[in-house]
Amino acid sequence: MIEKPDVLQGTLALMVLKTLDLIGQQHGYGIARRIEQISGDLLDVNQGTLYPLLLKLEHEGSIASQWGTSENNRRARFYRLTAAGRKQLQTETRDWEQTAAIIARFFNVKAEDLA
Amino acid sequence: MKSLRRFFIRLANFATGQRADQRLQDELAEHFAFQVDENLRAGIPPTEARRQAAIKLGAAEAIREQHHAEQSLPFIENLLSDLRYAVRMLRKSPGFALIAIATMALGVGATTAIYSVIDATLLHPLPYPNPAELVHLEDYLPGVTAKAVGISIPELRDLQSSGIFQYVSIYGFGSVNLTGSAQPARIAFKPVTPAYFTVLGVNAQLGRTFNPNDATPGFNLEVVISDGLWRREFGADPHIIGKTLRLDNDVYHVVGVMAPGFRDEGRSTEERNTELWAASNFAADPAPPPLRSNRLRLGAIARLKPGLSIAAAQSRLDALVSSLAKQYPEDYPVQAEWTVRLIPLSEALVGNVRQSLLLLFGAVGLVLLISCVNVANLLLARASARGREIAVRQALGAARMRLLRQLLTESLLLFLLGGIAGFAVLFCARKFLLQLVPESLPRLNDISINWSVLAFAIAASLAAGLIFGLAPAWMMSRLDLTSTLRQEGRGSNGSQGRSRARHILVISELAFSLVLLVAAGLLLRSFWDLFQVQLGFNPDRVMAIQTWLPVPNDPATDPYRTATQEAVLLREILRRNRTLPGVEEAAIGNLDSLPLGHGRDDLNASPLIREGIELRSNQAPPIDTAIVSPEYFHLIGITLVRGRLFSGHDLEDTPSVAVINQAAARTYWPGQDPLGKRIRLDPTKPVWTSIVGITADAHTESLADDGTPQLYLSIYQRHAKDLAIFLRGQLDSGAIPAQVRTQVQSVDAELPVFHAETLDDVLSNSLSVRRFSMEMVALFAATALLLAALGIYGTISYLVNEQTREIAIRLALGAQRSNILKMVLRQGLSLAAAGAAAGLAGALMVSHLMAGLLYGVSPTDLTTFAGVTLVLTTVALAASTIPALRAMRLNPITTLHSE
Repeated sequence: MIEKPDVLQGTLALMVLKTLDLIGQQHGYGIARRIEQISGDLLDVNQGTLYPLLLKLEHEGSIASQWGTSENNRRARFYRLTAAGRKQLQTETRDWEQTAAIIARFFNVKAEDLA
Repeated sequence: MKSLRRFFIRLANFATGQRADQRLQDELAEHFAFQVDENLRAGIPPTEARRQAAIKLGAAEAIREQHHAEQSLPFIENLLSDLRYAVRMLRKSPGFALIAIATMALGVGATTAIYSVIDATLLHPLPYPNPAELVHLEDYLPGVTAKAVGISIPELRDLQSSGIFQYVSIYGFGSVNLTGSAQPARIAFKPVTPAYFTVLGVNAQLGRTFNPNDATPGFNLEVVISDGLWRREFGADPHIIGKTLRLDNDVYHVVGVMAPGFRDEGRSTEERNTELWAASNFAADPAPPPLRSNRLRLGAIARLKPGLSIAAAQSRLDALVSSLAKQYPEDYPVQAEWTVRLIPLSEALVGNVRQSLLLLFGAVGLVLLISCVNVANLLLARASARGREIAVRQALGAARMRLLRQLLTESLLLFLLGGIAGFAVLFCARKFLLQLVPESLPRLNDISINWSVLAFAIAASLAAGLIFGLAPAWMMSRLDLTSTLRQEGRGSNGSQGRSRARHILVISELAFSLVLLVAAGLLLRSFWDLFQVQLGFNPDRVMAIQTWLPVPNDPATDPYRTATQEAVLLREILRRNRTLPGVEEAAIGNLDSLPLGHGRDDLNASPLIREGIELRSNQAPPIDTAIVSPEYFHLIGITLVRGRLFSGHDLEDTPSVAVINQAAARTYWPGQDPLGKRIRLDPTKPVWTSIVGITADAHTESLADDGTPQLYLSIYQRHAKDLAIFLRGQLDSGAIPAQVRTQVQSVDAELPVFHAETLDDVLSNSLSVRRFSMEMVALFAATALLLAALGIYGTISYLVNEQTREIAIRLALGAQRSNILKMVLRQGLSLAAAGAAAGLAGALMVSHLMAGLLYGVSPTDLTTFAGVTLVLTTVALAASTIPALRAMRLNPITTLHSE
């Protein structure tokens, strides 16, 4: 089994948190579907790997879960963001934006700018 | 914070065995159903819809594993399963497990036992606040080869006002008659200056200790008593403070009771068990006048100013000493080279035992090392037996790290079980083992098998397991798969690396044993030589019983103030004791006349002022002085060489006489006839003493030092208060103490009679620490030899097993059986030779380190080295003979058939 690089793992967690932030309470399939929709096929994850990640986030206290009934009347486990998760999302979003901005600046530099 | 929360949830899940499997299954099923629905809605045919959904979900088993790993703690789970496996493996080969565990139990148990002694004596800080500030002060006069000459009161005052110390205190140690109770009791007693308890930094549980600034010149008639004495003699009376008690005819009042846990400082157990302290500034009766030339033979301790290091304090002290020497040139002549040395109190108390203990720890460390090597050797031997199992597991895809971890778990378990077994044996046998420890060992009562000792045992076995388990595990996990699978089960030759490792292990084992054997041999020879020493006196059938006369603070109240007064008492005591059953001879002397190891050895010397040579006591060399009755020499078997001994006519009012031994004659009157020479011993009294006789040297001071200068004075001329009654004859050692007590107390009912012992016991006690370390090292060496023999036996057996096929072929081709025997023995011998060579080199280094513990034998004693090498080689050969005989008796036909 090939381990996913850490960046991707970290990003996936961030995506899960953001998704839950956007749509509120959601079950695993819904989260996977939404991530797929937003990222297109760019992020071709094995959707099953989402579940260990959800468990980890739950252990860390960022999300909470409970059984409920889905839109087509099936028993499903629903995940929602906790207060701690919301805070975490905020900090991580800020960090991510900062990093992205710095990287973007590096990519935008042209040789003549440095002269 | 987040990861901590995650860890605790996982730990809780692990501990409660909570599984999230069902939840995951449900969620995955749900997910799958959603996906299939979606695919169906997109118009994909059902079979294909399911297939695509499954692909998108990913490998279910891998997800499950990941999920499970997140739910719980996989590291610990693996460890547990490794442990379970290890236990199963050990149970499968109980013989191997038993031998390995027993070997480790022996090594760890012995090491832990010695550690517990070291923990109590060397590692435990002194039980006083800020023990690092406490120092012991010793005065030296190296110019006249005098050490520990004691201190004078003006010097004490100089030290106290020097700014180096918070407080300085001097103290004596002895015993005192506590009278008034049913039987006059002899109580271990310390006269101390009032700052004593302040120096130690301890307080009383009831009442107070002494006021450190009390300036009463003599005894201030205050005493502090121990908790034990308080309970025993005063029934734990809560109103004891202010009550009076009578000591040596003086009335004191109790000002404080020390706490039950308080133990005095001191080198001997007796001193540490002091029960009574009285305060005096030693500047008035019964102490001599406080002059610089009057050195008191007392101990001195001090507490340094906070933050001052020993080295800094010593250099300030050196400056003080040299300025004092300039200021008082009369008292500190240049040639005497007066110096005062600071020694950390913790070191001063342990003294020379440190070296013996470190030697023991080194020896037992070697035993531990040898046990580890033996177990590592066993593990390696098993590596070949288990090669197939490991290879199969590897072939089935077990990762190497995983295998390594599992093998290491196995050996760690083995070492740990051994360590715990060793500790358990030690714990059960602690009462018995403590009896083997000599009583003279300092801080003996502090020895206990406690948590820190257990921690040591576990740490030692884990460290040993890690170091000695890693190599075999590493080698086992590095098997060459194909060749192992092909070879194992047939007459394989094992891996080259493994057999080389085994050879190195056996050689080092033999080398370590040789080092231990040499150490034991040298100690044994020293001990033997000491035992064979020509004593110069005859301890056979002699008993000594002590009785101490009171030393009242006011000399006027002393009934035995003069030698003449005391002589009446002594003659009567002797006369009565001669009538006791079995007594053939009786004599009396002071404590210093009791041979070997009594009183404060370093402080029983007095300055020897020779007429026409020295003028003052500070220039004079100190000489050991004993005060004896005329019968002493004949009773104890010291022979006269020239001149005469004391007679009953050497009395207080006749000219003062002295007898010296040949060593004193050689040392202080070289090339002259000392007979008729005059000396002065008490610098305050202008009385000259003439030397009238010279005796042969006797080892009365120490067995190891021959030729200690010794001076004898007549007890009828110079009375002593600390008396020992000597009796020779067919004595009933059970009845004698009571009989002597009756006789003495019928003369003076207030005199205590105590501490009866035979001189043979005194002699053997004086050797107890030496005997202890010798016996221990010998025991360790024997153990090491046994382990090494097992090791070489195992290795040679293994070699023979490996070569079975080769030997069988040789035999089939007509080789002589004796040649086979020689071939195997040669292998054993070459291992032994390599081990002996390495061991001899190591032993040479070690024996020089222990030179200080040897007596009469050089650290490179050829006989010991040769003898020990011979023993080791013989044992190695004997151990190889068994497998060699087996190889010789091999039946080639059945062997080759079975292969």
